[in-house]
Amino acid sequence: MINFDAIKDLLYRLADDELIIGHRNSEWTGIGPILEEDIAFSSMAQDEIGHAQAYYTLLNDLTGEGTPDQIAFNRKASDFRSCHLVEFPIVDYAFSLARHFCYEIAEAVRLDSLRHSSLRPLGELAKKLSREEKYHQLHAMTWIGQLGRATEESNRRMQEALDLAYPMALGLFEPTEMDEVIAREGLMAQENELEAAWLTEMEKQITLAGLRVPKVTDKTAYYGGRKGKHSEHLPPLLLEMTEVFSIDTEATW
Amino acid sequence: MKIQSLDPRISRAELPAAEAYEEKKKLDQWETYEVFHQSVRGANHIHVGSVHAPNPEMAILFGKEQYARRMKCVNLWVVRTANVFTTPYEDADMFEPSTDKSYREAYAYKNKHMIRKIKEELARNSSQSTTSQKGGNHDQL
Repeated sequence: MINFDAIKDLLYRLADDELIIGHRNSEWTGIGPILEEDIAFSSMAQDEIGHAQAYYTLLNDLTGEGTPDQIAFNRKASDFRSCHLVEFPIVDYAFSLARHFCYEIAEAVRLDSLRHSSLRPLGELAKKLSREEKYHQLHAMTWIGQLGRATEESNRRMQEALDLAYPMALGLFEPTEMDEVIAREGLMAQENELEAAWLTEMEKQITLAGLRVPKVTDKTAYYGGRKGKHSEHLPPLLLEMTEVFSIDTEATW
Repeated sequence: MKIQSLDPRISRAELPAAEAYEEKKKLDQWETYEVFHQSVRGANHIHVGSVHAPNPEMAILFGKEQYARRMKCVNLWVVRTANVFTTPYEDADMFEPSTDKSYREAYAYKNKHMIRKIKEELARNSSQSTTSQKGGNHDQL
């Protein structure tokens, strides 16, 4: 017996995170720090939106939820299951890189679990997405490593950015009420297990980059996204993202 | 004065509108690396362009997205542009032969028909041998 509620819960979260981070990071297109990085970061943002589309398509195929375009562009903020980390503004390049780094390491951990998913099409998709994510991780770790160790100023600014992004990133692992069911059905490991793997990998990478692991007093500080409770930053993002779609929601592109 | 643009991202960046522009200093950017692209293992690496980067690691990072995000690629090389040595164009005439050297142009040999014949023969032989093997394996499958 397939548990559709668990599948929906999982796929919405996976897809919404990808869509929102993809849109956020695309805000750097044209104003990136240098041409080569502008292209690389934009290309990755486009990848993330492609991944969101792949998850939405799976959601549509398996559970009969709306078409990918309808799900992506025709929902209220409270219907989104993305975490607070991805909706936060781009701030500056240091923060955007720190967020990218936190997010990519989390995605690596998550995809590692998803490739063994009992839901075959999801497992296959995870294997496919991992190929592109490999570059994303290399990009994130190289930049953090460079800036962490370049100059006193770059180290200080990277540390400040990481201090801001890191506690938010813990919201990626906010468990939903389906958390146990998802693990029991073999869809994906439980959130606390993924979080533990993320913490270990983050500590390793942060130390390699010559930075300090930020102290977190309350890991639930940025929880809420998985329940549809978002920060004030999501509604304006959605408004901008859906501006063209809203002109005619039935148009075929 | 901040720059106001129809692009909301530009307006949000709150960039100061410059009254006068300073002249750009020469060589104030990162150095460049030449990028070489290999489409299949064993093929020659082909020069595809250059990227700005502070070091080889970053050059590879940028080279991948600039030059390998569309074409099929299995391997990239990056080389500091400063490490490329070149002949001057003024000396281009040294590449021009003074006497007839067409005998060095191996592609002038008329042997295509012979190569084709050998290839056809090889293909015929191998298809015969696979058919006989297949016959034997089918029963087991």
